[in-house]
Formats: sequence, C-alpha cells, structure tokens
Amino acid sequence: MEDTPILASPLAQTISLWIAALLTLMIFSFLYKDNPAYKFAEHLFVGVSAAYWMTVGFWTTLIPNLMAKLFPSRMGTIFPVAVGNRAEYFYIVPLVFGILLLTRLYSRLAWLSRWAMAFIIGFAAGTNFTRYLQSDFVTQIHSTMIPLYEPTGNIMTAVGRIFSNLVVVIGVVCALIYFYFSKPHEGSFGKAARVGIWVLMAAFGASFGYTVMARVSLLTGRMSFLITWVQSIF
Amino acid sequence: MAEANTGSTWFERLGALDRRVIFLLIALAVIIPLVVHYTTTIPASRIVLDLYEAVENLPSGSKVLISFDYGPSTAPENQPMATAFTRHCLEKGHKIYLIALWATGPRQSQQLIDEVIKVEFPDKVYGEDYIHLGYKAGNQGLINALLSDFNSMYTSDLAGEDIEGFPMMEGIGTLKDFDIILAIGSGFPGTKEWVQFAGDPGDIPVGGGTTAVMAPLLYPYYPKQMLGFLGGLQGAAEYEAALMNGYPKYRTMTRRASTTMGPQVTAHLVIVGFILIGNLTYLMERRKKRKY
Amino acid sequence: MKRSIPLLITFLVGVALIVAMFIPHWPFDVLNQNFSVFYDIIAVFAFILGGGNLLKVHIRKVQRKGGDWKYSLVTIIGFFLVLGAGLLKIGVPGGWSGDYQATGSLFKYLYDSAFQPLQATMFSLLAFFVASASYRAFRAKTREATILLVAAFIILLRPTPLGYYLTFWLPEPLQFLHVPNLSTWILSVPNMAGQRAIMIGIALGIVSTSLRLILGIERSYLGSEGKG
Repeated sequence: MEDTPILASPLAQTISLWIAALLTLMIFSFLYKDNPAYKFAEHLFVGVSAAYWMTVGFWTTLIPNLMAKLFPSRMGTIFPVAVGNRAEYFYIVPLVFGILLLTRLYSRLAWLSRWAMAFIIGFAAGTNFTRYLQSDFVTQIHSTMIPLYEPTGNIMTAVGRIFSNLVVVIGVVCALIYFYFSKPHEGSFGKAARVGIWVLMAAFGASFGYTVMARVSLLTGRMSFLITWVQSIF
Repeated sequence: MAEANTGSTWFERLGALDRRVIFLLIALAVIIPLVVHYTTTIPASRIVLDLYEAVENLPSGSKVLISFDYGPSTAPENQPMATAFTRHCLEKGHKIYLIALWATGPRQSQQLIDEVIKVEFPDKVYGEDYIHLGYKAGNQGLINALLSDFNSMYTSDLAGEDIEGFPMMEGIGTLKDFDIILAIGSGFPGTKEWVQFAGDPGDIPVGGGTTAVMAPLLYPYYPKQMLGFLGGLQGAAEYEAALMNGYPKYRTMTRRASTTMGPQVTAHLVIVGFILIGNLTYLMERRKKRKY
Repeated sequence: MKRSIPLLITFLVGVALIVAMFIPHWPFDVLNQNFSVFYDIIAVFAFILGGGNLLKVHIRKVQRKGGDWKYSLVTIIGFFLVLGAGLLKIGVPGGWSGDYQATGSLFKYLYDSAFQPLQATMFSLLAFFVASASYRAFRAKTREATILLVAAFIILLRPTPLGYYLTFWLPEPLQFLHVPNLSTWILSVPNMAGQRAIMIGIALGIVSTSLRLILGIERSYLGSEGKG
C-alpha cells in the first residue's frame, strides 16, 4: 500500500479547509469596512497569484516547449519525453526575445525590451487584423442581411419574425449611426441615432441582468463553501 | 444616515438605507435556500438546445475538444457546464480532449476527472476515451499555433507522457481534426477567441459556455459562427434539463447547476425587490420636490 | 537602433501574418506557425516580467518603509512561498519527474488553501455591490434609463417562479409577452443588434489600430522615445 503524502493526510486537509475559510472571511470582512484582515488577504492574493502564473508557465510551456527543444538531452528526469530528440536550434529566437523582454527590469538596458515588445505587438496586430475583420466585421454584416419574410405555417409566427428581423436590421444600422460622430446628430440622422441609443440601452439592460446573475452565482459558490466548513465543525 | 433619520419621511429613510442592510439581505437570500436545499429546474431555451442537439447528433466516437478557460473565480458558473458537457459526451461515446488557455484551467479539469469521470464513468480509459493535455501559454497565439499543427505545442499530456503513445491522439494533426470545440470561458482568452481564431478560419464547429457577464456579448455569433452556448449558471441548468430529458438517469443524480439555481432565484427576487423599492422611493421624492 | 529595429520587427511580423491569411503556403505558412509558437513561449517571459515588476515595487516599499509596507511583506512572502513550492516541486510524489501540482505537493496545497479561496471570494464580493447599485442607482430617470431598467428587470425575472406566474395565463396570441419568451427575445433581438453594432465598431477600431501599428504610425508602445 502506498503511503499517503503528508499534505494529503486528513489532518493537513482539515487545516487547509480552515485556512481557506479564514481567508474567505477575511475578504468578506471588507463588506463591513476596510480593515487589516482584508488588506492582509488582498496582498497575499496578489503575491500568490503572480507566483502561480509564473510557476505554471514555467512547467507547462518553458520546459517542454523551449528548454526541451533546445537542450533535449539535458532534460533527464524533468522532461524525459524529450531525451533522445534532436535539438531544434531555431528556438533560440524566442529565448533571445524572452530574455530581451526581461531587460525591462533593469533601467539601463530597458530599451532592449522594445525588440521583444515589437514582436508581441506585431503578432497581435497581424493576427487581430485578419481575425477581427473576418469574424467581427464581414461575417457580422453578412449575418445582418436577413430575409424580411420567412414563410412559416402560422401567421402570428410570420408576423413576429418580420418584426424581429426588422428590429435586428434597423437596430444594428441605428446603433452604428449613433457611433458615427463625424456628422452632427441632427434631423433624421439624429432621430436614427436616438433609436440606436434605445437599442443599445436594451442591450445594456440585458448585460446588467446577466451581470447580476453572474455575481450571485459566484457568491453562491462561496456561501456553499462556508456552509460546508461550518458543517465540518459540528 | 443620522441626518436621514431626523425629520425625514419614510421613503427618504428607505432611500438612504445603509448599504450593509442590503448586503445582509442579499447574503440571507443566498444562504437560506442553500441550507433548506431549495432547487429549481429551468427548461432549455433554443440556444442551449441547439448545442445539445449538435453534440447528440455527432456519431459515437467523435473527437471533442473541451477548453477550460477559467479559474476558481468563476468556477461556480463554469464547472457545472464542464460537468454537463462531459456527461453528455461520454454517454454518447465521444472522445474528449481537455486543454486550457488559462493557467488555472487544469485544476478545474482535474477536478472534473476526479469527481465526474472517475466516479460516474469508471469504465472509460485514460488515453482512449479522455486525455488531459493541460495548459499552454500564449492565449490566442496558442489557438493560432494549434490550428496549423497541434503537436507544435502539445508534445505530452499533463503528466509528461508522450502524446504519441495514446491511441486517441492518432489522427490529430491540427484543430481541424476535431469534430467540435466546446470552449468554456469567462473572459479573455475564451469562447470569443475560439470563434475568431479556430472556428471561423478553420471552419470548425464551435460551441461552449460562458459566464453570464460574457453571454450577451456572444449573441452576434449565434447561430452562424457558434452552434449554441450556455449563458452562466442558468445556461448550465438548461443544459442539465436537456440532458435529463435525453438521459433519464440524470434525474436522480446530482445536477450541479440546478442545485445552485435555488439561491440564484431568491437572490434575483430580492434584487428585483430592491429595484422596485428604489424606484418607488425615487418617484415619491420627485413628487415631493414638485409639490414644494 | 532604439526605434528603427522595433518598428521593423513589428512591420515584418505583422505583414507576414496578414499575408499568411491570404497565401497559406511556403514561406508564410511556416512563418505563421513559428511566430505563433514563439509568441506562446514569450508569453511566459511576460509572466516572469510581471512577477519581477511586482517584487520590485513591493521590495522598494519595504526598503523605504512606505505606507502599509508590512502588507508588502505579505505579498513578498506569499510570492516566494508559492514560487519555491512550485519550482522546487516540494512534496511532489515522484520527485523531479512528478507532476508539480500532484496531490500531496506543497504547490497544490497552497493552491487549495490560499489561491483558490482568495480568488473566488474576491470576485464574489461584487454580488453585494451589484445589489447595492441596483437599489441606489438603478432609477427610471429618463426614457433611455427606463428601457435599460425594463430589459434588466425581465432578464432577472426569467428564472424565477414570479416571472412564470406573472404571465403564464396570457392567451396563445399574446404568449410572446410571457416573461421567459420576452427574455429570450430581448437577448436574441435588441441585445443582439446592439452588441453587433458594438462588435462592428470595435472591429473597425482594432483593424485600424493594427494597421497603424504595423505601418509604424502608432508608436506609443516604444515609450517616450517612440515619439516623432
């Protein structure tokens, strides 16, 4: 039978549950007013988060996708899959760019980090240019070109669809007019912009309703945890 | 607060209610239904049913990529979606590939493996029916890389085993080799990026689930660019309802979203009450001001 | 060299990726693939940079004994504790060849006891503030505000029994006014129209900004020396 690791033992798990509950209550204490317990938990969160992302990035990407490509024979027990593979020396490029990015931490060499930043910006700009143009511009315009009348068996359904399709087309056009600031919002142009505001307000209302829904779900999750903790005491 | 209490009318006092009273009421609205186990079921809407039917109509053995693009911050909303998708896919005999664009994602997918797959589907074999590939950095850059070469970033599974040794990885060269992508997200990068960087350029069917905050923003993608999606906990509960209809055994099993929809409903009612009272006091105040 | 090389890198990378969309053949397909992988790897260095910057700020605060410096110490200790536990694979069954977040590892233990509850609770706090906002600020002061309020009201009522019982009795021709149906309609018609207009606007903004960056017109990312 395998030995249970110390940190997976029931006692360690109980301590973990208590630490988690205590930190949860420390954060909730902010609802009464800002206090040292909240500040402690908040600062701990910042430090822990940064280290978490760094560690995960190191083991999941830096080791298998960079070090194992450059120095496969030196991976040993750390990443045995790579041992025996041929080194791919062109991976020196991201390594150099990565190191250049870190020069930002030293003010004298910080200008070198611009080379890495330039690569990141160039990649983001190049990919976003095509992807946004395709998914969020051309396809959206195409999706708005809908038939006014779609034959259905039920007259009420048909009327409903015509109305909805009209709201979609007029709504998109009017909301876009509202965003167009090169021409004063006067006369019929202004009226169309006003309709656009109404459409946007309906969208923001839906967003607000869904935001409430989201936040309550998260609160339910924490309350559920606290109830589990209290039940574990008794 | 003290000023509001002296010589002011009832609606003025109500309008200046201490925020901590509001906090207490909302906390109680969530705690009481949790303690009394108040649950509710919501029938599936069209957008959820469309996704359910897409998964249902895939032939058994189809390859489904599930991306965990969230963390503990939104797990109460997203984890029930992952559970519902996994149950459905494994019931249908699909092969599921678990990856993550968020560093916090693999802990959520591991939780799913431990609590759902290993418990409810003990006959499913790791590497043949499901595989845990874990997280890689790069956000949309990762999707872009996987679209043309899956192995360029994923050479091993989460435990460090060579992926070429797993039978279910046979035939996976690019993202286009998957029959469907189910992206469970809560922000950037997430469902939107899967549509932009994989679904549209690769012509790959994309569905998934998002937090309720993100859901209204994705409607322009439906139905042309997305098969359907689950919006928040409510969407997850709707998918559970559809799953329950298709697979009656789930009527007696834990339905994570439906269980937590109880507090959701009561909290909504309390907030609806807040909005009504807030507006009532506003109208009364306005009337009083007009009078004088 | 401080300005021209970064501008050249941005131009070459950006143009290569745009061309790869239209000519998915050699050499552009290879460039697209390699640039994507490089970007993914460089992203990890960005995490390291983020952590380094955080440390720099908080260490400076502790050294100068600035306001709330004791809390900065908490950040530093938390940072090194998690980083050490993860990078050194403390407690990992199987040692260096084991999974860094396997059950029993100190990294997983710290995740479960600290990171997970802290992150989840921090976000759940917002529920209270959203409730408070709906009581204090959500008022039908204008026609526009009323539209917003009514839409939110219907969406909120959708999953509740009240939403069902308020309108379930409506006759068949008026069933479109039933709260669940109305909620679905709001989401898929006016909400969709509004979100689509916003999406198109953002897309145009991103496309034009991308072009400005690639062509070197927009240089703010180069810092103060990028001007001119």
